[in-house]
Amino acid sequence: MSEKTKTSEECSRRAFFTHISYTLGGLAAVMVGIPIVGSILAPIVNKPKPIWRPVGEVKNFTIGDTVIVSFIDSSPLPWAGVTSETAAWLRRSGEQEFICFSVNCAHLGCPVRWVAGARLFMCPCHGGVYYEDGSVAAGPPPRGLYNYPVRINNGQVEILTSPIPITTV
Amino acid sequence: MESLRRAWLWFDDRTGLGSALGPSIKHPVPPNSASWFYVFGSATLFAFMLQVATGVTLAFMYVPSAGEAYQSLQYITDQTTFGRIVRGMHNWGASAMILLIGVHMVRVYLTAAYKFPREMHWISGVVLWALTVIMAFSGQVIRWDQTAVWSTIVASEQAGRIPLIGTWVAQFLIGGETIGGATLSRMFAYHVFIVPALLFLFIGLHLYLVIKNGISEFPKAGKPVDPKTYREEYENLVKKKGIPFWPDAAWRDMVFGFIVITTILLIALIIGPPALGPPPNPSNIDALPVPDWYFVFYFAFLALMPPQMETYLMVFGPLLVGALLFFLPFISNKGERSPLRRPWAVAIVALTIASISGLWAIGITSPWSPHFDAKPLTTQIIGAESGPIYRGGEYFNEKGCLYCHTISGHGGERGPNLTYIGDRLSTDEITWRIMNGGLNMPGFGGTLSNEELADLVVFLKSRTRENQELSSE
Ligand code: FES
Repeated sequence: MSEKTKTSEECSRRAFFTHISYTLGGLAAVMVGIPIVGSILAPIVNKPKPIWRPVGEVKNFTIGDTVIVSFIDSSPLPWAGVTSETAAWLRRSGEQEFICFSVNCAHLGCPVRWVAGARLFMCPCHGGVYYEDGSVAAGPPPRGLYNYPVRINNGQVEILTSPIPITTV
Repeated sequence: MESLRRAWLWFDDRTGLGSALGPSIKHPVPPNSASWFYVFGSATLFAFMLQVATGVTLAFMYVPSAGEAYQSLQYITDQTTFGRIVRGMHNWGASAMILLIGVHMVRVYLTAAYKFPREMHWISGVVLWALTVIMAFSGQVIRWDQTAVWSTIVASEQAGRIPLIGTWVAQFLIGGETIGGATLSRMFAYHVFIVPALLFLFIGLHLYLVIKNGISEFPKAGKPVDPKTYREEYENLVKKKGIPFWPDAAWRDMVFGFIVITTILLIALIIGPPALGPPPNPSNIDALPVPDWYFVFYFAFLALMPPQMETYLMVFGPLLVGALLFFLPFISNKGERSPLRRPWAVAIVALTIASISGLWAIGITSPWSPHFDAKPLTTQIIGAESGPIYRGGEYFNEKGCLYCHTISGHGGERGPNLTYIGDRLSTDEITWRIMNGGLNMPGFGGTLSNEELADLVVFLKSRTRENQELSSE
């Protein structure tokens, strides 16, 4: 009789220690896990503020021409060096009007080129082609080129920086 | 000599390593598994060891910072002692690993070594294969040049097609919303910490399993695997006829491994590492990101599939292939092992190899890309020095037609070859196609003036076999 009691006591003691170990282990993992997983996922959550970047004086752009302009992206880290640069296709479409296209093809993101003779944007990767207004002319892109907001500020043309456009379904 | 022996005895007494590892190294294996068909797994392991050694060496010199990695790569390649060779070995070693894993997988599949009781060997192998592919890609990215940057964008765009969470996955990959400071650091962490740790883990499991369940005997036709009796039969076989793994079976592994390592070293010495492209500047749009050779077939597959299906194939294609491979041992884990009795297995392998090499061959020339550097048509090819035909030929050069269409050997391959278009289509048909375009052809109705269009059509109509022969005389 006494032996039996002892065993069950032993068991409950053992069960208690088992629980304690699991709980403490799990708790430690969760406590440490939050900052670890959190900092790895942070870049997805933190949205950088779009910034207006000047790309040149209005008078330097010829009406009707589409040119490539480069500027610093919206979230440059101090050590990013040359990788913080990004580019866009800018067209002066009137005295005070500008229109700006992303260089990233809406198919898989390759850099599209403006072919002035044909007035088309062409993608080197899989032959995506866009008309001069950015709409799809041919090839695999499921949608037209993305636009960046442009404004004129004190005689300067400014582009609102944006994320790399990700084409989703 | 004697003191060395005594030192070893002391060491073995305190650690027990000799007595712990000795039996597994000398464990008996089926005699017919000591064959040249069985050397690819160990060769992959040797190549992996080379990757670890060269990778750690490169880490001594490489700076994983988005702004400076490129310069450090230049420094490694051009200025350090042996750095060029080490980088070369690391690059060609990666190629060797991909190749050897492929051959090893085909061998295991053809001899059905994944059947009972070796299901977990196969599954851990599939995981190792996937990890190696991730290593290959991330390695290509931390070779931080222009192609690396644009490949990262293309990869994130592909990830972006995953339903619902696509954008998050894409931003997780590039470490934010733009390529920049965070991108390389993350890729570096995957490439040198996370994935290698997993590789070590799964290689350990893979090797442990080989010792636990034994090396599979070379299959005999008409001797199916029966889970009820297999283990007993295998043990009897090994007990009666087995030969010690070391050195009777292992010497072939050593010979082949030596050849592999020497080949990698020689290629690194002679060809060297892949040349660095222009610096990683996302504003440099003069880029055509082509992946390393082992991804070229997939690159071709992406380019060739019809756009309507592409999103599904891009996301679910690799998932399906991965799942099929993963679950293969559960689809069939008993029965015949000999390839002589498994015609389907042989057919699947043949078909896979054929389609991969076919896609690969197409991928090398990538005919779906416009050729921006196509040589313009000469007056000789145009066949006139003035007048409408000449002007039409010049428009053909100028309006981008040339990038996609070939005429007399000049131009791209995206669209049909137009060398003899005049024989095939009437004036009206040509006009209609230029104006309206088609699936892969932009409509030029809005951009061509009537005169330009007329000249272009006259020029194209003059592309006939007869005219071509006249001009070449
Ligand atoms: S990325 Fe432009 S067509 Fe595919």
